[in-house]
Amino acid sequence: MKPKIAFFDFAGCEGDQLQVANLEEKLLDILSHVEVVSFREVMTGHSDDYDIAFVEGSITRPEDEARIKDIRSKAKYLVALGACATIGGVNCIKNFMSPDVYKERVYGTSGRWYSTYAARPLKKVVKVDAELHGCPIDRSEFARVVKELLLGRQPWIPDYPVCVECKKAGNICRYDLGRICLGTITRAGCGACCVTEGAHCWGCRGVAPKANLDAAREAMNKNGFDHKTVRDLLRFFLGDTYAPL
Amino acid sequence: MAKVEKAKTEAAPTPLPAKGKKINVHYLTRVEGHGNIVAEIDAGGKVSVCRWEVPEAPRFFEAMLIGRNYQDVHHITSRICGICSIGHQLSSLQATEDAFGVQISEQTLLLRKLAIHAENLQSHFLHVGYLALPDFMGAASVLPLAASHKEEVLAVVACHRTANRMSDMICGRTIHPQRMVPGGFAKLPTDDDLKNLKAMLEAIVPKAKAILDVVVDVAGNIPKFHRQTEYVALVSDAEYPLYWGEIGSSKTQRRPNQLYKDVTREYCLPQSTAKWTKGVDDSYMVGALSRFNLNHDKLSHLGKEAARKLGLKAPCHNPFMITAAQLVECFHSVEDSLRIIDILLARGIRNETPAPIKTFACKGVGAVEVPRGILFHAYEYDENGRIANADCVIPTNQNHANIQRDLDALLPTLATLSEADIELKLSMLVRAYDPCISCSTHHIDLTGDSNKLVKFIRK
Ligand code: SF4
Ligand code: SF4
Ligand code: SF4
Repeated sequence: MKPKIAFFDFAGCEGDQLQVANLEEKLLDILSHVEVVSFREVMTGHSDDYDIAFVEGSITRPEDEARIKDIRSKAKYLVALGACATIGGVNCIKNFMSPDVYKERVYGTSGRWYSTYAARPLKKVVKVDAELHGCPIDRSEFARVVKELLLGRQPWIPDYPVCVECKKAGNICRYDLGRICLGTITRAGCGACCVTEGAHCWGCRGVAPKANLDAAREAMNKNGFDHKTVRDLLRFFLGDTYAPL
Repeated sequence: MAKVEKAKTEAAPTPLPAKGKKINVHYLTRVEGHGNIVAEIDAGGKVSVCRWEVPEAPRFFEAMLIGRNYQDVHHITSRICGICSIGHQLSSLQATEDAFGVQISEQTLLLRKLAIHAENLQSHFLHVGYLALPDFMGAASVLPLAASHKEEVLAVVACHRTANRMSDMICGRTIHPQRMVPGGFAKLPTDDDLKNLKAMLEAIVPKAKAILDVVVDVAGNIPKFHRQTEYVALVSDAEYPLYWGEIGSSKTQRRPNQLYKDVTREYCLPQSTAKWTKGVDDSYMVGALSRFNLNHDKLSHLGKEAARKLGLKAPCHNPFMITAAQLVECFHSVEDSLRIIDILLARGIRNETPAPIKTFACKGVGAVEVPRGILFHAYEYDENGRIANADCVIPTNQNHANIQRDLDALLPTLATLSEADIELKLSMLVRAYDPCISCSTHHIDLTGDSNKLVKFIRK
C-alpha cells in the first residue's frame, strides 16, 4: 500500500506548500509513490488517516496547540516544513514587542479580542521527526527527503554552515565587500543561494550544529558591525534561536 | 485533443426536505489560507443564514516592521504571502522609494515590469489550471485530471514552470526573491538569460492556447450569475497597468495612490472619506476582472483575442468570469513581456548599481497590481531610515465584503438544488476570487463596527 501523506499549515505564508506545488513534473513523479490524503491548497477532500504529516507555519496561539497535538497523534511521522515551523522564522519578530503594543498597532481598540502569544516553532509543542529548513524550503531538498522517508531512512540534513557551500559556489565573501552575512553560523543546504543572487544570508535555515559562533562574532566585530545591525539580522529569522553573537 | 466532458453540476432540482438545508464548508479547499462558508435555507426555501467567515491567525506584520531598517522591509513583507511575494516586495520597494524620493532607472522599471508579469503568470496558471479548471470539469482536483486529460495538464505544468523560471531569472527565486533592493537590483539578468527567456515564452504560447481551448470548451459550465459592483484597479493612459498607475474605479474618479485610504475606507476619517466615497457602494471588487473591466482596451493583441474566444466583454459583472479574465491576462503578460525583453535586448543590459538613497523622516505609498488585485503598502520612516508606521492593504481583504454580497445574491437562486450542489456552487464562487487568506495583515471592515458584512471569526 502507498504511504499516505497530508499537509497542514499554521501561521505562515504557504510559500513552502507552494514550493511543493512548484515541483511540477517531479511532483507528479512523487505522487505516483504516495497517496496525498490532504492538501487543502490544491485539492478538495480530506482524511484523518495519514502516515506522514508535513506541517508548515509557527504556533502563535494557545488554541493552535490542540490542533498540532491532534495532528501529531494521528501521524506516524511529522515533518516541519520551512523556517516558520522549524525555528519560528519571521513570526518571531513580534516576540520582542509587548502583545498589547502589536495588537493595538494592527487592530486598534479591537486588539484585545485577538488571541495570540509569542510565536514558536513546532518542536516547542510536539515531537518533530524531521525538519525541512528554509524560507522557503528548497524544492529539490523536499524531493530528496520524501524519497529517503519512503525508503524508511532518516533524512540527511547538512550540519555545517552555509559558508562551505558559498565558497564552492565561487561567491565573493560579503565581508570582503564590507557587508554583513549570517552564512557563518547558518545551516547549509541551500547552496548559499541568497549570496549567489546578490544578497547575503539571513539565517533562514537555523543555526548549524557545527557553527563556530566565536569565529562568527569575531568576523562581525573585526568588520565594525555594531550591536544594532547584528541584532536586526538575528531578529529576522532567528528570534526564537539562542545565538549569542 | 480530448473533448472535455460536461461537468455534472446542473443536477435536477431535489424536493426540499422538511427541515431545510444546511451548508457548512469548513476550511474551503483549493484556496490559499482558511475560509468557511456557512449557509442555511429553511424548510420554506428561504435563506436564513449566508455567511463568509474568515478565521484569523493574525501575524502582525505591520507591527513587526516597526523599527526595521529600510533595506530589510521588503524582505520581511515578502513573507506576508508566498504566492504574491514578488508583488509584496515591489509594492514595498515603491513605498520606500516614494518616501525617500528615489528615482529608479528605466532598466529597473522594465525589469520590475517583467517581475510582476512573471508573478501574474505563475499565479494565474496555478489558479486557472490547478485550482479552477477542476471545478469546471467536475473533478475534485487536478490529480484525477492528470490521468484523464494528460496533454492539457502537461500544458498547464509547462506554462507554470516557465513562469517560475521567469521569476528565477529576473528576481533570483520564485518565492521570497533576493535580487530586488531599494533603488534597483542587487544582481541583474544577463542578455543571454533574456534571450533564453524570450525563447521560453514564445514556446508556451501554443501551450497556453491549448489551455484556452479547454476553458472555451467548458465555458458553458461557468455559472451565469451577474451582480454589478464597483470595480477598482490601477489605471493608466499609457498601458494595461500592473506595476505603475493611479487608482481607478468604475464608479468614481481616479485618485492618486497617496489617497488609497479613501478607496479602502479603513478609517472613517471625515476629511478623507467625504469627498470620494459618496455614491460608492459598501463593497468593491479588485483583481483580474476589475482590471479587465477598467483597462480592457489596453490589452495586447493576444489578450484581446483570448477575451473574444472566451466571450468576455467589458463590463462583465459575473464574478465566476474572474478565472477567464486571469487567462486573458496570461496572454497579455506573455506578449507584453516579449515586448519588454526586445527593448532590453536592443540596448543590452547595463551594469547598473541601485540608485543611492539618503534617509530622512518621510512618508511614502506603493501600489501595484498583484494577481488578486491592487496591493498597497504605506510607510512612515524616521530620519535614520527606520519604520515608524506601516500599513499594508491586501487584495483579498478588499474582496471579502464583495464575496459576501455575491453569496447573498447567489444563494437564493440555488434554493432548489441539493445541498451538495449548493455547496459546490458557493465554493466555486469563492474560489473564483482566488482568495489568499493567509495574507494576514489586518482586515478591512468597510461598514464600521455596528454592521459587519463579513464575519471574522476568532477561534
Ligand atoms: S518559512 Fe517562509 S516560506 Fe515557509 S511559511 Fe514561513 S514565511 Fe512562508
Ligand atoms: S560569510 Fe556569507 S558571503 Fe562570506 S563565505 Fe560565508 S556565506 Fe559566503
Ligand atoms: S543563504 Fe541563508 S538566508 Fe538564503 S536560503 Fe540559505 S540559509 Fe537561507
